[in-house]
Amino acid sequence: MGRAWKFGDHVSTDEIIPGRFNITTDPQELAKHVFCEVRPEYAERVRPGDIVVGGQNFGCGSSREHAVIAIRNSGAQCIIAASFARIFFRNAINIGLPVLECPEAVAGIHDGDEVEVNPATGVIYHVTTGKMFQARPLPPFVLKIVSAGGIVNFLREHDLEELMHP
Amino acid sequence: MGTLIEEIFSRKIGRHAYAGEILLVDVDYIMSHDNTTPLAIQTFQEIGRPIYDRSRIVLHLDHAYPAPNVQVAENHRRILDFVRQQRLPHLFIRGVCHQVMLEEGFVVPGAIIVGADSHSNMYGAVGAFGTGLGSTDIAVAWATGKCWFKVPETIRIELYGQPPPGVYAKDVMLDLIGRLGMDSAIYRAVEFGGAYIDNLPVHERLVFTNMSTEMGAKCGLVAPDDRTIAYLESETAARGPFERIRPIRPRYERVIEIEVSTLSPRIACPPDVDNVKPVKEVEGLEVHEVYIGTCTNGRYEDLEIVARILEGRRVHPLVRVIVTPASQRIYTKALRNGLIEILINAGCTVTNPGCGACVGRHGGVLAPGERALTTMNRNFVGRMGSPLAEIYLASPATAAATALTGRITDPRRIMRG
Repeated sequence: MGRAWKFGDHVSTDEIIPGRFNITTDPQELAKHVFCEVRPEYAERVRPGDIVVGGQNFGCGSSREHAVIAIRNSGAQCIIAASFARIFFRNAINIGLPVLECPEAVAGIHDGDEVEVNPATGVIYHVTTGKMFQARPLPPFVLKIVSAGGIVNFLREHDLEELMHP
Repeated sequence: MGTLIEEIFSRKIGRHAYAGEILLVDVDYIMSHDNTTPLAIQTFQEIGRPIYDRSRIVLHLDHAYPAPNVQVAENHRRILDFVRQQRLPHLFIRGVCHQVMLEEGFVVPGAIIVGADSHSNMYGAVGAFGTGLGSTDIAVAWATGKCWFKVPETIRIELYGQPPPGVYAKDVMLDLIGRLGMDSAIYRAVEFGGAYIDNLPVHERLVFTNMSTEMGAKCGLVAPDDRTIAYLESETAARGPFERIRPIRPRYERVIEIEVSTLSPRIACPPDVDNVKPVKEVEGLEVHEVYIGTCTNGRYEDLEIVARILEGRRVHPLVRVIVTPASQRIYTKALRNGLIEILINAGCTVTNPGCGACVGRHGGVLAPGERALTTMNRNFVGRMGSPLAEIYLASPATAAATALTGRITDPRRIMRG
């Protein structure tokens, strides 16, 4: 179970991690500055297992993977959004950070609410109200990447072609 | 048979590719730059495999070059050491990656080019599939030569008419983004066509495909035609024969038709790129910096528009006017033809080619409370430095007019004959 950190529509990767911090590839260093301008208290107060909740087009803009790394290493267990920008979505999957598309859950969840998520099934349990939501299921080959903990881990055991096997 | 993107994928896999299908395909080139390459190197080393084909890897130093601080210098060092260790043949320090990719001949009709940069969509102006990816996808492509894609559905945008003087591709594209919204094409290909696009020079078509990213698109495309081929032959190192890939009995998810003959200059206001208004509505707002350049509008023809407006005049004394040519090739052509001298005499600061102030780390960052008008493609909070600065996006002509007055100005007031 985690607490929801709710954001609005069109949160850009510039807002997740401003360009001036992209000079490092150190995940912990990136995590220190995540959301520093739009939600300065986030990095300090986020707890392991918390959930980032975004609106439409979450993660739009620059392709910088620093953004998903910063969120993952902040301790957030997953991101729920009404929709994701495509590069951000891929980047999250590739590093094994679950991303769930569920506009209904986003509409129902408020900042600070308690939420339980099962990334494998896409079931979102809104503890605060007792409501259940079902996120759009991830395609099977995407689930393979997520369950391996990211594409790098997947490639350690498999060939890329195996992603396409039914 | 299919949309342009289906046709491109079909050629690649040797059978018909359908929208919605997930494919693992060979990529022709894998592009990355100094901002995204260090992470890709780190991930590549974690994968622990050798490079699949070094001739497909193209690296650029453009986002913060020359290095403005020690950390960036360390990143450049890591990249250059990697190039040496891996004996990579394609390293460029010649300006903004996308412009250089085109000039150096990597971008041709039908090519699949992935870039660790969101504006890789630009390559679609000549009928290539260019798309942005993160550093992990890039590292995987280095190691395997491949990438997975879902063949996207296509939104076809038909543009008709001829815009009046003072109105450019940038204005038309900003207007489109304003009408459709910055998430209107997520996961979609956007095909630009119609009489206006058919008659448009390639350097302006590039504005449309570049900023298809600002609609959330996976790629922006224009079917290659005679103009495309003439451009590739005269302006780039690419040599034909080039494939004239066209949509064949396509099924579009949506077709949008827009008449551009009555359009006036447009401007995207903070904090989002789809907050687009006629320039007239915000005229008179004081600006502190005018920034002209980038992969969107830093080409020779853009500098020419600016120079024509500024020739024999002086920019406002309290406005920092910074011009960054997109590439060395553009820079030298502008020097040869006297544009740089005109810009400098008018009071502009001309910097070395590259991404400049657009990445918010060097070359003209903004202080809190400042307002900039720029020819860039995005105006997110904090993009150019302080999150308390405001960024307005417009055409090179609007930028030049604004540079003269120090206030946002409709270029039609200033333009000569």
